[in-house]
Amino acid sequence: MTDRPEHLDLATFRARLGEGEGPEYWRTLDELAQDPSFEEMLRLEFPREAAALGEGVDRRDFLRLMSASLAMGGLAACTPQAEETIVPYVNAPERIIPGKPLFYASAMEMDGVGLGVLVESHMGRPTKIEGNPEHPGSLGATDHFAQASILSLYDPDRSQTVRARGEVATWSAFVSALQSNLQPLRARGGEGLRILTEPVSSPTFADQMAKLRQRFPAAVWHTWQPVTGDDRRDGARLAFGRPVHTYHRFAEADVILSLDADFMMRGAGAVRYAREFADRRRVRKDKTEMNRLYVAEPMPTTTGTMADHRLAIQSAAIEELTRGIAAALGLGGEASSGQHATWIGAVARDLRAHAGRSLVIVGDSQPAAVHALAHAMNSALGNVGRTVFYTEPLEANPVPQMSSLRALVADMKAGRVEILMVLGGNPAFSAPYDFGFAAAMNRVPFRVHLSNYYDETSARSHWHIPAAQYLEAWSDVRAYDGTVSIVQPLIQPLYGGRSIHEMAGALSEDVRSGHDIVRDYWRETSGAGSGFEAFWNRSLHDGIVAGTAFPPLALSAGTLPPREEPERWGGPEVVLRPDPMIHDGRFANNAWLQELPKPITKLTWDNTAHVSRATAAAMGLSNGDVVEITAGHWSAEIPIWIVPGHANDSFTVYYGYGAERTGTIARGIGSNLQPLRTMGSGDLLRNASVRKSAKKMRLATVQEHHALSYEMSEGAGARRDIIRSGTISQYVANPRFADEPGHELEGGPSLYPPWPYPGNAWAMVIDTNVCTGCGICTIACQSENSIPVVGKEQVLAGREMHWIRTDHYYKGSPDSDALEMFNMPVPCMHCENAPCEPVCPVQATTHSDEGLNDMTYNRCIGTRYCSNNCPYKVRRFNFLSFPDYETESYKLMRNPDVTVRSRGVMEKCTYCVQRINAGRIEAEKEGRPIRDGEVVPACAQACPTRAIVFGNKNDENSEVARLRSEPLNYGLLTELNTQPRTTYLGSLKNPNPELAPAGAPATAGHAES
Amino acid sequence: MSSNDLNPPHPQVASRLEQAPTITPGHTFGSITDKISTIVLTRRTPPGWFIGFGVAFLLLMMMLNAIGWLLIKGIGTWGNNVPVGWAFDIINFVWWIGIGHAGTLISAILLLLRQSWRTSINRFAEAMTLFAVACAGIFPALHVGRPWFAYWLFPYPNTMALWPQFRSPLMWDVFAVSTYATVSALFWYIGLVPDFATLRDRANSRIWKIAYGMLSLGWRGSAKHWYRYETAYLLLAGLATPLVLSVHTIVSFDFATSVIPGWHSTFFPPYFVAGAVYAGFAMVLTLAIPVRRAFGLEDFITARHLDNMAKIMLTTGLIVAYAYVMEVFFSWYSGNIFEMYMMFNRAFGPYWWAYWLLILCNIIVPQSLWLRKVRSSPVTLFIVAMFVNVGMWLERFVIIVVSLHRDFLPSSWGMYSPTRWDFMLFFGTIGLFLTLLFLFVRFLPMISIFEMRTLLPEAQVHED
Repeated sequence: MTDRPEHLDLATFRARLGEGEGPEYWRTLDELAQDPSFEEMLRLEFPREAAALGEGVDRRDFLRLMSASLAMGGLAACTPQAEETIVPYVNAPERIIPGKPLFYASAMEMDGVGLGVLVESHMGRPTKIEGNPEHPGSLGATDHFAQASILSLYDPDRSQTVRARGEVATWSAFVSALQSNLQPLRARGGEGLRILTEPVSSPTFADQMAKLRQRFPAAVWHTWQPVTGDDRRDGARLAFGRPVHTYHRFAEADVILSLDADFMMRGAGAVRYAREFADRRRVRKDKTEMNRLYVAEPMPTTTGTMADHRLAIQSAAIEELTRGIAAALGLGGEASSGQHATWIGAVARDLRAHAGRSLVIVGDSQPAAVHALAHAMNSALGNVGRTVFYTEPLEANPVPQMSSLRALVADMKAGRVEILMVLGGNPAFSAPYDFGFAAAMNRVPFRVHLSNYYDETSARSHWHIPAAQYLEAWSDVRAYDGTVSIVQPLIQPLYGGRSIHEMAGALSEDVRSGHDIVRDYWRETSGAGSGFEAFWNRSLHDGIVAGTAFPPLALSAGTLPPREEPERWGGPEVVLRPDPMIHDGRFANNAWLQELPKPITKLTWDNTAHVSRATAAAMGLSNGDVVEITAGHWSAEIPIWIVPGHANDSFTVYYGYGAERTGTIARGIGSNLQPLRTMGSGDLLRNASVRKSAKKMRLATVQEHHALSYEMSEGAGARRDIIRSGTISQYVANPRFADEPGHELEGGPSLYPPWPYPGNAWAMVIDTNVCTGCGICTIACQSENSIPVVGKEQVLAGREMHWIRTDHYYKGSPDSDALEMFNMPVPCMHCENAPCEPVCPVQATTHSDEGLNDMTYNRCIGTRYCSNNCPYKVRRFNFLSFPDYETESYKLMRNPDVTVRSRGVMEKCTYCVQRINAGRIEAEKEGRPIRDGEVVPACAQACPTRAIVFGNKNDENSEVARLRSEPLNYGLLTELNTQPRTTYLGSLKNPNPELAPAGAPATAGHAES
Repeated sequence: MSSNDLNPPHPQVASRLEQAPTITPGHTFGSITDKISTIVLTRRTPPGWFIGFGVAFLLLMMMLNAIGWLLIKGIGTWGNNVPVGWAFDIINFVWWIGIGHAGTLISAILLLLRQSWRTSINRFAEAMTLFAVACAGIFPALHVGRPWFAYWLFPYPNTMALWPQFRSPLMWDVFAVSTYATVSALFWYIGLVPDFATLRDRANSRIWKIAYGMLSLGWRGSAKHWYRYETAYLLLAGLATPLVLSVHTIVSFDFATSVIPGWHSTFFPPYFVAGAVYAGFAMVLTLAIPVRRAFGLEDFITARHLDNMAKIMLTTGLIVAYAYVMEVFFSWYSGNIFEMYMMFNRAFGPYWWAYWLLILCNIIVPQSLWLRKVRSSPVTLFIVAMFVNVGMWLERFVIIVVSLHRDFLPSSWGMYSPTRWDFMLFFGTIGLFLTLLFLFVRFLPMISIFEMRTLLPEAQVHED
C-alpha cells in the first residue's frame, strides 16, 4: 500500500472531470474507471464495495449490490435543489416571439479589420452569421471565418475560467493582483509595463490606451500577430514615408494586375473586393463588357482561378517582374528582357491604355519594394483617387510588428519587463521560433494572458483570463475603409470571458462594464450631444457608425524604391502562407473550417507543401510524400500536394497548424511549420533545402485528382460538357455557345405528360463566371442546416456531409500558363425528373408541388439507392452517428428550424426549405405572393460574389427567371433528362488579344481540353 | 418416366462418359434406402463432420458479431461511402441469390424436362438454394441505414397510411426474393415428405421417430398419397420454373433501371440469369464433390452427373462471356463519353485487377471444360468451380463498385475499400450457409431416397 504510484482523491477526480482538455480527454466514465488509480481510490474510499468489485461475485450478491446501488443512486438524486422561482413573462421581452428569430447587427474583427454581420438569434441564442448589407466591407456577404465563428463561440474547448498559475481563480482576485503588482510601477511612470496585442482598430481601445499612457507614460504597447503585414506597411513607408492604409475600388477598374494578391479571399476588404470584381464580370444579353484580370503568383489561389491571364511565377521573381512592368510604364529602371518580356509588355500596354481605370494590387507576402512599386505605378497611371485610395492606418498602433515583438523579447530577456499583458494570440507558440519568446516570458515577474483557449502562452502565464468572443462582448472595429461598426454582443459570455476593453479597464482601475466603456467613448466623441440615444440606436441598428470612413489622403508616390541586388540562392524557394482555412492557427479548433475543403486542392484537415507537377517529377515526389524542409538550423516536415499551375522550383506551404493546446480538435493534426518561421525568414525562405523523406501521409481530399490519367479526369470537366467556357469574343460571336442544341433544359420525350407547377417553381442559377471557389457557400450551408463534421478519417473514407460542394476543374496543359481553372458549386439540382425519387422503396424522397426534391428524414430507412442513382452525387448519407448529440453547448448552436438527422438517414440540399416556408408564412399573412429576393438560401446569402441566385422561375420578373433565359444558361447532364432546377451560367474569359494565343486557345463551341 | 435414360446402359457405350449411368449398377431398393438413411440414422457421425461443423459454426458466430456491431455503430463500419453507396452488401446479396438458382433449375426445370439424372442431386441442390437465399436475405435487411425499420419495405396496412413505393426495383426485389424463398422452401419440404416417412419407419430412437413422424405429415405411402404428392410436386415445379428466370431478372432491374453508366443497360436480365445459373452450378459442384467423397456417395452422384453439370456450366459461362463482349461493344457503339469511360475504367482504372481477374475466372479458366479430362476428374472440376465462384463474386464487384466509383462528374469520384467488418459479414454468411449445410447432411437425407429407387431398372414400368 505504501508504494502505490499515485494517490487520487475525489477532489482530484472532480478536477479531472471538470478539466476540458487534459491529455486524458476521457469520453466515458467506464474509460475513467479503467484507470488503475481510480480503482485504488475506490479501494480506499469504499473498501467493502471495492472488495466486492474485485473478487468473483455470485449472482445473489451481485443482485443485492446492484439493488443497493440503485436505491442509493435514487437517494443521492434527492439532493435538495436550490430553490428557484419560475415566473412566466408578465411583460414579455420586447420583440421576442418563440420560434421567430431576431437579427442584430454586429461586426467580426479579424487582423484588426471588421466585417459587418447580422446575427440570427433564436430566443437569445445566436445561431447563424449573415452579412450586413449596410456594411461597406460586407454588402450582405461574409467570409468563411465569420460563418464559422458561431462554432467557435460554442466551442466546448474554450477556456472556461480565470486561472491563477493554472488553478481556478476569480476576476476580482485577478484585478487586485494586477493592481498590487502595478503599485510599484506607478512611481516610475509605468516603466516595465508591456502590453502585447494583436492589431486592433477599435477607436475605444485606442482611446483607452491613450488614457493609460497618460497614467503610465513609460508603458509600451506592442502589436504583433503571426500574419504581420509588415511588408505592406514598409512598402507604404518606402513610398510615402509614413504608415498609410491602402484600399481599392474594383468597381472602377477595367484592368487589374494582381501581384501575388489573393484579394478575393484574404486581407482587408476581401468580401467587398470580390463583389466589386464580380459585378464587372457578369456578362448578360445586354452587357458584354468584362474587366480583365492579370495575376502573377506562385500558388494558384481563388483570385488566380478568376484570372484572364495567370502567370505562374516564383514568389521571389515577382519583384523583377514588377520592375519590368514599371519600366515598361515609363517609370524608369531597365526594361525587362527576361522570359516574361511579352507578358510584361502586353500587361503594361493594357494598363496604360486604361490609365485611371486600372489597378495594381500586391499581396501581403511580397516584399516592401513590390508594394512601393505598385504605389508608384498606381500613381503614374492616375489610379489614385479613382481605383486606389490612401487613408490613415486602420490600426490604432501601426508599428512594424516584427520589430515591435523583437524589442519586447529583447527587453524581456534583459529583465526590463515587469508586467506583461498578452491580450489575444498565442505568441509562446507562434512567435518566430528563434526569438525564444516562451523562454523570455519566464523572466517576466507578472504575466497575464487573455485568450480563447488555455494555450501554450496561458500555461506560461501567472494569470489566464478567458477571452470573450465578439458575440459576447461590446467593442467597436473599423472596416477596410475605416468605417466603424459597434460590436454588439448577443449573449452573455458563455464562460465568463472578458474583452480587451475590460482588460484595459483593469489596468486603469476602470470598473465600468464593456458596454459602458464603449458607449461612454462614443458619447464623448460622437458629438451627437443630446441626440446621442438616437445616434447610438441608429449605429447599433445599421451596424455602422455613419460618417466614420477615413477620408482619402491625397498622396502620390513618384520614386521607385532602390533596387537591392537580389540575393543569390540555389534550390527551390519556399513560400510560407497562412492557411486559407484556419488562418494563423486561431481557427485550428474549428472543425467546420478544418473540414471545409481548401480552395484549389480541396484538402481538409491538413496543411501541405504545394508544388508544381514538373518540380515534383524532377524530385520524385508524389502526393502525400513527406518532405523535410530545412532552413538554416531549423527544419520541419510536411506532406506534398501537387498542384497543376504552381510555379516551378517553388514550394508554397501553409502554416498555422501544430499548436497542441488550442483545443482537442486542433491537437495532433497537420504539420507544425513553426520551426521555419524565424526572425529573418519573413514569408519567403530562399535558402531552404527540400528533401524527400521516407514517410508518406494520407491526405483527405474531397475531390480526387488523378495524377495517372490527367486527360480522363482534370480535362474531363470540359470534355464531359460539365464546364462550358469560352472567351468574351466567342460569346459575342455566338452567345448560345454554352447551350448548344442537345442540351435542352426542358427535357426530352417522356411517356408521361409534363407535371404542371402553377404556383411557385423554385430554381437556382449559379454563375460559374464569378464563382471564385472560396467555399463560403459550403460553410454557410453547414451552419444553416446543422450539418455535422465527420473528421479526417471519414473524409478519407469518402463520407463528408457537405450539402453543397465546390468542384474544381482544369483546362489546358497542366504545365503551361495557359492552364485555366474553373469552379463549380454543386448543390442538389432539384431535378423535375429526379432519378433519386422512383428508386426509393419507401417514398422517403418525393417531389413537392413547388418542384423541390424533398427528403422525409423520418421515412428514410437508408437504402442509399437514391444516392447511387443521383448523377450529380449530391446526396449525403449519415454513415455513423455524425451529429454530436452530447455536447451541451452545441445544442444551443443548432438551427431550431432544421431537423438534426440521425444515423442511417440520407440528407441533402433542400434549397433551405425552412427559409422558403418562413417566407411563405410572411407572404400569406400579408395575402401576397412571395416577393423575388424574399427567400434567400444560406449559400446565396453568404456568397461574396453573388454567384448564386435563387427564386421563382414562374415569376417572369424574378432574377432567376431572367438568368435562366440568358444565353449562357445551361444545365448539367441534361441529356439524362433530369430537367434540373439548378442551372449554370457558362464561364467566360476576357483575354488580351496580344496574349490570346497563350491565354486561351481559340476553339469554337465547346471547350476542349 | 419412360425415358431412354432409364434403360440400363448398353455395354458398348457405357464407357462413354455421356452415357455413364446415373446410378452405379448393382443397387437394389433396399441398398439405396440403407445407404442413404444410415448416414442420418445409424452411421457414426464422422469426426470430419464435427471439425467442419465447428469451423462453420465459428464463422456463424463471427457473422452474429459482425451484425451486432453493425447494429450498434451503423453502416459506417463498412467501407461504403458516397459515391459507392452499395458494395459488399449488394454484391453478396446478388452473389448468394445467384447461387440459389442452380437448385431451382435442377429441381424444377430439369424435372419438367424429365432429366432423370437430376434425381441424385436435386435434394442437395434445393437445400443449397434455400440456404443461399437465407444468406442473401440477410443483406438487404441489414444494408439499410436503419435496419430496425426494414419492415417498411413490406406493404402492410399501417397507421402512417403509407405504402411502399411500387416503382422502386428494391420493392420488386422484396416480392421476388420472398416469393422465391417461399416456393423453394415448399418445394424442398414437399419433396422430403416421403423420405421423412422412410426415416420415421427406420429410426431407432423414440425422439427421432416422433420428430420425423411429425415432419412426414402422416405419410403412409398409399397410392392416393403418391398421386397427390406427384400432382403437388409437379405444380410446385411449374411455379418454381418462372422463378428461375424472374428472380434474377428483377435483381438485375436494380441496376438496369438506374441511370448510372455500367448499370443502365437493357440486356442485364438474360445476362444476370445466365450468370446466376453459372454461379449456381459452380456452387453445386463445389459442394457435391467433397460431400460425395466424404459420405461415399459416388454410386449415386456419378461421373455422369458431374459431366452434365460441367456442361451446363460451360454453356452458361459462354453466355456470360458473350455478355461481357457485348458490354464492351455497347459502350463503344454508344459513342457516349460516360459509357466509354465506364468501360475504360473497368479495364484500366484503379480496379483493373478485378476486371481482369473476373475475365480469367469466368471466361478463360472455364474453357478447360471443353476437355473431357477436366470434366471427368472431380479434382479439376472442383478447381474450375472454385474459379467460377470467385469470378461471379468479382463480376458483381465490377458491376456495382467499379460502376459507382466513377460515374458522371469527375469531382464526385471516389475510391472504395472494404473494412474487416465487410469481410466478417461476408465470411460469416458463408459460415451460416455451411452450418446449415452440415446440419442438413447430418439430419436429413441428402439424396432423395424414393426418387433414387425409381432410377433402378426394376422400377421401370413397361407398358408395352
